[in-house]
Amino acid sequence: MSEQRRVRLFRGTRERGELKEYAVATGEGMVVLDVVHAIQAEQAPDLAVRWNCKAGKCGSCSAEINGKPRLMCMTRMSDYPADEPLTVTPMKAFPLIKDLVTDVSWNYEVNKRIPAFQPRAPDFPDGTWRMYQYEVERPQEFRKCIECFLCQDVCHVLRTHEKHSAFMGPAMLVRAAVYEMHPLDEADRREHLRHDGGIGYCNITKC
Amino acid sequence: MTTSVRDLQERGFGATLRRDAWWVAPALTALVLGSFAIYATWAAWTGTNYEWGPYLSPFYSPYIRTSWWPLSPAFLILIFPLGFRTTCYYYRKAYYRAFFLDPVACGVGEPRHGYKGETRFPFILQNVHRFFMYAAVVFIFILAYDVFLATRWPVNGMSGGVMAPGLRQFGVGVGTVVMALNVFLLSCYTFGCHSLRHLIGGGVDCYSCARAGKARFRLWRGVTVLNQQHMLWAWCSLFSVALTDVYIRLCAMGVIHDVRIF
Repeated sequence: MSEQRRVRLFRGTRERGELKEYAVATGEGMVVLDVVHAIQAEQAPDLAVRWNCKAGKCGSCSAEINGKPRLMCMTRMSDYPADEPLTVTPMKAFPLIKDLVTDVSWNYEVNKRIPAFQPRAPDFPDGTWRMYQYEVERPQEFRKCIECFLCQDVCHVLRTHEKHSAFMGPAMLVRAAVYEMHPLDEADRREHLRHDGGIGYCNITKC
Repeated sequence: MTTSVRDLQERGFGATLRRDAWWVAPALTALVLGSFAIYATWAAWTGTNYEWGPYLSPFYSPYIRTSWWPLSPAFLILIFPLGFRTTCYYYRKAYYRAFFLDPVACGVGEPRHGYKGETRFPFILQNVHRFFMYAAVVFIFILAYDVFLATRWPVNGMSGGVMAPGLRQFGVGVGTVVMALNVFLLSCYTFGCHSLRHLIGGGVDCYSCARAGKARFRLWRGVTVLNQQHMLWAWCSLFSVALTDVYIRLCAMGVIHDVRIF
C-alpha cells in the first residue's frame, strides 16, 4: 500500500547548503536508499548520492538518518514513524563533497601507514605455512569490515573533536588488529598504535 | 537556511538530529551509579553494623583488625574493588557518558571542545586496570572464604548477633545464600574482565606455537563467554554487593531476622 512520506535531505556543498523537504510515495518494504533514489528520479535529478550493492555489502551508502549513522540500503522506512519527517544528512566526520556524498579518502591514507603484514619464515621447504582455522578465525572476523566508515563517523574523537591528525579511529584500529592478531604475523605495531595511531584518544565509549 | 552541513549537526551540548530518547541511558546510569557511590561511601564510613553472626559485609572483607588506623576498616581495603571498577572497560564507558558527558550519547553535542582522551594524567592511569584485576581475583577467593565461614554456625547459639564461643556446625541461612550469590555474580564480572581475557589468550596470536596453547585457547573462549555480557555482570554484581551489605546491616540492626534454612 502506497504511503506519502516527508523526507528532508541535505542539499548543498561544504560551504553552503540546507535541509530540503520532499514528499515521496513509499511502498511496503522500501528502504531509505529506495526513497532517495525515488527523489533523485522524480524530483531532484542533480542529487548526489553514493551507492552500489543495495545489500549491505559494499559500504557505499553510509549517511546519517535522523542523526544516527546508518547504511541507507539497510534501513527500512517502516522503522520510522510515518507522521514525522525523516532527515537524511551526509556523514559528519568527513569532508562533504556534495549533498549526501563525503570524501572518505582520509581512511585509506591512514590505512597505508599501518605497518604491513609480515609473516614469519615459511614452515616448509616449499615456502608454505600451516595454521589452524581456530587461530585464524579471530582476525577473519575483523576482515568482515565492509569499510562503510560508519564507526569512524560516529566516533566522537573524529566526529566532534576532529582529531583526524592524531587518531586513526576504530575502523583502522580493527584493521591493525587484523594483522597484529594473525597467527603468522611477526610485526609489532604497538608503538605505531600508541604514537601515530593515537590509541590513547579512545575512551571506550563504544558508539 | 544554513550555511554548511556542520551547522545542521551537533554544535553545542545536547544538540542533535536524533529523535529518540538518547538521554535516558546516561541519566539512569548517573542516577544508579551515583546512588551506589553515596551508599557505599556511607556504609564504609559508618564502621558499624557490618557483621552479624557468621556474616560479613563485602564492603569490609577482608576484615583487618588494627589499632593504628583511625578510620573505618573498610577504607583499608576498598581501594582495590573501587580501583577495579573505576578502571573497568565497561564502567569507563558508563561514567564518561553519564558524568563527564564525553560524549553523553552517540551523535550528540558535547559541552567541551578540548579533548585529550586517555593520553594525559589523570585518565592515562586507567591503564593500571590490569593490576587492580590481580587484586580483584584475590578478593573473589577471600569472599568465597567468607561464604564458607557463613556456613559455620556456633553450636551454642548466638546472642544479639554475636556468636557464642565453642564448637561450630554446618548451617545455611538466607544470608549465606545472599553472600554466595554475590560471590557468583562478582566471579562472572571479574573472570569476564577484558584485561584477564587479554592476559589469558588475547595476546597470543599462534596458539599452536605457544606453551600450553590449547589450554589457553579453551580458557580464553570461556572468558570470552563471560566477557560478552560484561555490562550485565557489572551491573548485577554492583547491585549484589550493595544488597548483601544491606541485608547484613539490617540483620545487625535488628530490623530483619535472618532465617536459617538448615
